[in-house]
Amino acid sequence: MTDSTATPDLTATPGQTVGPFYGYALPYDHDSELVPPGSARAVQLTGTVFDGAGDPVPDAILEIWQPDENGEVVRASGSLRRNGFTFTGFGRAAVDPEGEFSFSTVNPGPTEEGKAPFISVVIFARGLLNRLFTRIYLPEDTAALAADPLLSSLEESERNRLIATRGADGSLRFDIRLQGAEETPFLRFPSHED
Amino acid sequence: MSPQQNTDTDESTEAFTSPVVIDQAVKGPDDAAESQATLSAEIADIESQHKQDVAAGKKAETQPRLNYAPYRSSILRHPTKDPRHTDPETIELFSPAFGHRDIGTLESDLTIQADGEPIGERIRVTGRVLDGEGRPVRNQLVEIWQANSAGRYIHKRDQHPAPIDPNFTGVGRTLTGDDGSYSFTTIKPGPYPWKNHHNAWRPAHIHFSLFGSEFTQRMITQMYFPGDPLFALDPIYQSITDQKARDRLVATYDHNITEHEFLMGYNWDIVLTGANRTWMEEEDDD
Repeated sequence: MTDSTATPDLTATPGQTVGPFYGYALPYDHDSELVPPGSARAVQLTGTVFDGAGDPVPDAILEIWQPDENGEVVRASGSLRRNGFTFTGFGRAAVDPEGEFSFSTVNPGPTEEGKAPFISVVIFARGLLNRLFTRIYLPEDTAALAADPLLSSLEESERNRLIATRGADGSLRFDIRLQGAEETPFLRFPSHED
Repeated sequence: MSPQQNTDTDESTEAFTSPVVIDQAVKGPDDAAESQATLSAEIADIESQHKQDVAAGKKAETQPRLNYAPYRSSILRHPTKDPRHTDPETIELFSPAFGHRDIGTLESDLTIQADGEPIGERIRVTGRVLDGEGRPVRNQLVEIWQANSAGRYIHKRDQHPAPIDPNFTGVGRTLTGDDGSYSFTTIKPGPYPWKNHHNAWRPAHIHFSLFGSEFTQRMITQMYFPGDPLFALDPIYQSITDQKARDRLVATYDHNITEHEFLMGYNWDIVLTGANRTWMEEEDDD
């Protein structure tokens, strides 16, 4: 096979757009249901993906990855074939024709005492040449939000764009704007440096 | 009038009021009216500017530009603000776990998913998934999807006049081994026509979706085949402005993978962005 003695090129492989045709490949049964919808612990997380003209993006696909209610990072497999009982922390949702996504999940807990709980998000879309990362923070723990290193590095308007809105029914709303005055803050981690 | 220059003020609305963007909004991305020559000239301009920048001491780019106007659909879908430099926190330093309960063992062979044999050139694509330190990414999910040998996707939005192969869906999944290796048996995809501009054709490619040991390493990309005559013409491939970086998406023909009277073999190794968690642990060991 390959010559294992050769020094491999360890520059990261470039990303490419997910393209328009992921729809028969990436989605799977119950992909967006980290917990069964309607179950006692279920929280609906919804939002719309918008482009720079303010139009909904009908061909985006999102993934979320989060700790459970106690802030535990779950190490269980089974995200692709859900058994209805195991919380794996991972979900995937293609947006609908109006650009809206919906997950059934739980409120993440803080992974450490005093930390602001958030859901990690990655966004792919036709027309988007590489993935985008962001975070969805829960709105409740205002002291933890104020102490959060990322949020406190942002201007207030940008900061608010990373905090979900809580509905009266306990649901969370988080819109994603790929471009424009209300653009969602996207993240770059140290490992992404060239 | 490149929209790239629109990030210097807080008036990020410029990004969608610039003449370039308005022009596109009026014409629409699916008109397929512009010529390949127009697109190729734009591609060449951007590449030559990048070459000059590198010659002047700038670092060569390793990832695609998000703002790459020759790919018309990117014009309204790229962020105009720089990403926020962020230290990953606990959840981002782990990845979802996938196991054998998630995937059937036959899902890595795209040629046996129907009653009959798919039409086309049978191939194997195999390689390793490594992190930025060269360590194998073990037991992680790799997903692929692709057009059939005629360049047709099984997707209702693909209606171009090429045959659907009833024996080929073009979808596969596998888990990497302990050495980070993966292997798919499939059919070589055909080039695919699209509507970025008139007579636009994508080079043959396989979409790859990859997870690392940390969520920060999550990525989706496309693997290409060596010597494709469409490389120079394709805005998606050319959105990676540096030739050396683009080459990283091209598999290598490997006769040691090729099997007697059975299939042609390609090797493609994938390197994910570095691993923060391991890096911190190593720092702690010092």
